[in-house]
Amino acid sequence: MNSLKIGILSIQGDIEENASAVKKSLLELETEGQIIHLKNTSGIEGLHGLVIPGGESTVMGILLSLQKIHLNLLVRKISEGLPVLGTCAGLILMANKAHDKTLGETKQQLLQVLDVTVERNAFGRQRESFEADLEIPMLGQEPFKGVFIRGPVITEVGKNVQILTRFENKIVAVKQDNIMATSFHPELASDNRFHNKFLSTCIKYYKSKEIGQDGLKS
Amino acid sequence: MAISLVPSNRKSESKKILIEKDNNTVKGSVLVKRGFAHMQKHGVIMDVTNVEQAQIAEESGAVAVMVLDKLPYDVRKAGGVARTAGVKTILDIMNSVSIPIMAKCRIGHVSEAQMLESCGVDMVDESEVLTPADEENHIWKWDFTTPFVNGAKNLGEALRRIEEGASMIRTKGEPGTGNVAEAVNHIKILNREVRMLCSAYSENDFQEMIKLSREFRVSLDVVREVGRLGRLPVVNFAAGGITTPSDAAFLMRLGCDGVFVGSGIFKSEDPSLRARAVVLATTYYDDEKILLEAQRMVDEKKSLIGLDTKNLDIRMQERGPLV
Repeated sequence: MNSLKIGILSIQGDIEENASAVKKSLLELETEGQIIHLKNTSGIEGLHGLVIPGGESTVMGILLSLQKIHLNLLVRKISEGLPVLGTCAGLILMANKAHDKTLGETKQQLLQVLDVTVERNAFGRQRESFEADLEIPMLGQEPFKGVFIRGPVITEVGKNVQILTRFENKIVAVKQDNIMATSFHPELASDNRFHNKFLSTCIKYYKSKEIGQDGLKS
Repeated sequence: MAISLVPSNRKSESKKILIEKDNNTVKGSVLVKRGFAHMQKHGVIMDVTNVEQAQIAEESGAVAVMVLDKLPYDVRKAGGVARTAGVKTILDIMNSVSIPIMAKCRIGHVSEAQMLESCGVDMVDESEVLTPADEENHIWKWDFTTPFVNGAKNLGEALRRIEEGASMIRTKGEPGTGNVAEAVNHIKILNREVRMLCSAYSENDFQEMIKLSREFRVSLDVVREVGRLGRLPVVNFAAGGITTPSDAAFLMRLGCDGVFVGSGIFKSEDPSLRARAVVLATTYYDDEKILLEAQRMVDEKKSLIGLDTKNLDIRMQERGPLV
């Protein structure tokens, strides 16, 4: 049996912070698994989950688009149900459409696997960055600390997209099948509930894959 | 905890953290300021002096741009007093790229820093590249909502800046020389001192830790935090003299979280290609195939020729307050 493999897109951004959050989730859910740092997406085949960290979405887009083949593979795997958690830049990168608050349309590279439109830097520049308590019913009663760093907001959602929470009436976290995406940085919250939720989706996906493989064998 | 919060807030009495009561929003907290620096990790921050260069930087994959009036190499050539960039230049660049914008202020120049904060700059670099404005003190950075980055030649200097509220550290190197040796030297000294401190921490040797905190002129709190983490409590970038993709890869190998490139890109004769190549080399510093490809993108004949760091008119790394 293969073990649970969680990939972290390790091109740019807070890669280590996400890795340590996933590691903590593995402990909290008492699951064995390994974390794989993915720099060129060639290792994507065996994964049971992928985290796209926070950082600059333009940088990740540019470096991913240089490896066209892998990029298409990544898009295909996500469309086929690979669980993904995208935080901030990860949300932008997965979106169908993105525009900047001050610059408007930009021609940045997007994966277009999540049916939402995103406005980048929607709260303003760094001095407007903030932390605030969010109500996220999916994670239970207790508020979740949202750390917004030059964060984007979601301005439009497709019909398959579930809204997880809003802040000041702006959509800041969504779920679409196995994809979860946030405007804020759950990896910086020292509260692992978001990563735990993601990991349990990965475990479900992993089990379904294992059953699929056993089915083939018998 | 993914981000170290030690030392915690030391805002001056009169300065209050911005809290908007209705929805309990906190701005300018340690977490939000250091968090910004964490988002720059594994990236390249490029020095630019105008809109055109900023756009080239963004298209090449820079994670942020640093706006200056003159590139460090030209600061050396021009002599005189080097001050912060013009407001118009900063605003024009802000309106033309979507990535974060940083700007340098003179060491100790609180008002220049305040002006940059009002301007909406995402991070302020209190930099030795500009002419220091205070020979006694650095800026007390806890009082600002905007995060700061400071240069350091060794662990003591880095920790003193962190205790003053810096959210990010970079090596000083010797800017504008095209020579990476000083940056390499600074990161190696810092790494060595971190190792020494860690061994005292792991042996629970309080006497040694207190000795080190006196030697570094910082609190025991921050010394213990370095021991616990095995690294600086904030993001640490390389800067000063980076010219080629291999220079960037070398500093990443030495454990830097990312790189600043000053004169290296826009004082070369192949800036666009070189910018992209340095970005590639920074992300894939441990992949020899991509590194070779990146190095092949630049032409050594087009590199900034550089200066001998032994015979400089100004040693920028030695400017500013002594402690």
